[in-house]
Amino acid sequence: MNALLTELLDSGPVLTDGSWGVYLQSLGLQPGESPDVWNLTHPEMIAQVARSYVEAGSRVILTNTFGASRIMLARYGYGERAYDINNAGAQISRAAAEGKARVFASIGPSGAMLLSGDVTEEALSQAFSEQARGLVDGGAEAFVIETMSDLQEAKLAVAAARATGLPVVASMSFDSGKNKDRTMMGVTPEQAAEELSAAGADVIGANCGQGIEGYIPVCSRLRAATAKPIWIKPNAGLPQVVNGHAVYKMTPQEFSSYTQDLVKAGANFIGGCCGSSPEFIREIAQHLNKGE
Amino acid sequence: MFEPMEDLKQLYDAIVDGNAGRAKTLTTGAVAEGMNPQEILNKYMIPAMDEVGRRFEINEYFVPELLIAARAMKGALEILKPLLTATGAKPVGKVAIGTVKGDLHDIGKNLVSAMLEGGGFEIIDLGVDVTPDKFVAAVKDRGADVVALSALLTTTMPSMKTTIEGLKEAGVRDRVKVIIGGAPVTQKYADEIGADGYADNASAAVALTRGLVSK
Repeated sequence: MNALLTELLDSGPVLTDGSWGVYLQSLGLQPGESPDVWNLTHPEMIAQVARSYVEAGSRVILTNTFGASRIMLARYGYGERAYDINNAGAQISRAAAEGKARVFASIGPSGAMLLSGDVTEEALSQAFSEQARGLVDGGAEAFVIETMSDLQEAKLAVAAARATGLPVVASMSFDSGKNKDRTMMGVTPEQAAEELSAAGADVIGANCGQGIEGYIPVCSRLRAATAKPIWIKPNAGLPQVVNGHAVYKMTPQEFSSYTQDLVKAGANFIGGCCGSSPEFIREIAQHLNKGE
Repeated sequence: MFEPMEDLKQLYDAIVDGNAGRAKTLTTGAVAEGMNPQEILNKYMIPAMDEVGRRFEINEYFVPELLIAARAMKGALEILKPLLTATGAKPVGKVAIGTVKGDLHDIGKNLVSAMLEGGGFEIIDLGVDVTPDKFVAAVKDRGADVVALSALLTTTMPSMKTTIEGLKEAGVRDRVKVIIGGAPVTQKYADEIGADGYADNASAAVALTRGLVSK
């Protein structure tokens, strides 16, 4: 295994971070605004999110670059700034980490579908390669390809990230089908584990989805399907509407009560996705420390 | 010897299997043989898309299968469209669809759009980041019977509410049915903002829309 991953995993399950998008909304990010562009326009706010996770005990923090592929950014009129936005995102997280946490750079879906002909494989590869270059130049230490639903797109992103020589986590969102154990495109945990491992991912994962409870069996299935470390970052349930606004109602205490279930199911990296906050990370840290 | 029923059963299968080339060839052949286009559509093509929807509901099909079936349907439909128009046949309904203001995601919206089109609806695709005004105009100027709103983000869901309010203010709310969908959207939210319906997936959206326009 890669030296960085070995070092992290040596002392047991690794605590990662929680959501960035929802946090940024509380700092004033407006609907229709690209969170990733804030790396250039509001770097101090992004640094604040990153620091809050380091302070909460995250040993791995991500970067604010989930939607920073040229293809996604073009929707907001920022396609040409893709390299800079990724570069800045990695720099901000590295500075905030102060050596206390490792920076895994986030690459999310392009928002365009290969199957419907919205985008070509070549365009996707180029966009992911450009994003990966910006992130490496900004100081990323590893990559997290996350929230993927299409295996082909995920594999292209893994290939682009892998070409930099850094370790790669490949994580999909399992939220569809009657048992909520498939991605939107119908991919099973077993297919994900097999094909993403074959594509060269160092860590296989599940993130986002429909909540932490459903990810325990998903985690077990990933564990059974691969010898590689497993990365789990579930949502804090599904949002509910309160006074016209969407709110995630699961508490940090409820969420973190599943920590040991995930560890038992084979999770090596644990954190939260949409609806989770530094408070969630602090609670998970306590469960990990107590081993309960 | 030409056997219309046999060939048309094959058209049904071609759509269910998502074989676009074959669906086109069979449709062209059936038209050339003088089959009634409305009958081809109603008896073979739309039932094929219903079967696709059924397989989706029971998890036999996922989004990729939906998409390729919808593509085959669309190709065949393009051959029939001019003929249907010439005979004065009306679509089952006209749907103005868009991702609401502030939201730039369109995968879900495009899926619902493709499935509704496969279900025989005429689609007015307003794109992403659509203001309430544009939905109002689609109702007023283009005669939409149904307004379909999509949102992926929890932060843009409130734009669904403002769109419904916009339709009310423009005095056209009673003329249309409003349906909503998207990852964070729920039936509860639909009830709360006064939408006429909510669907959890693209296949369910077709059944929902049919039910609403037949009322």
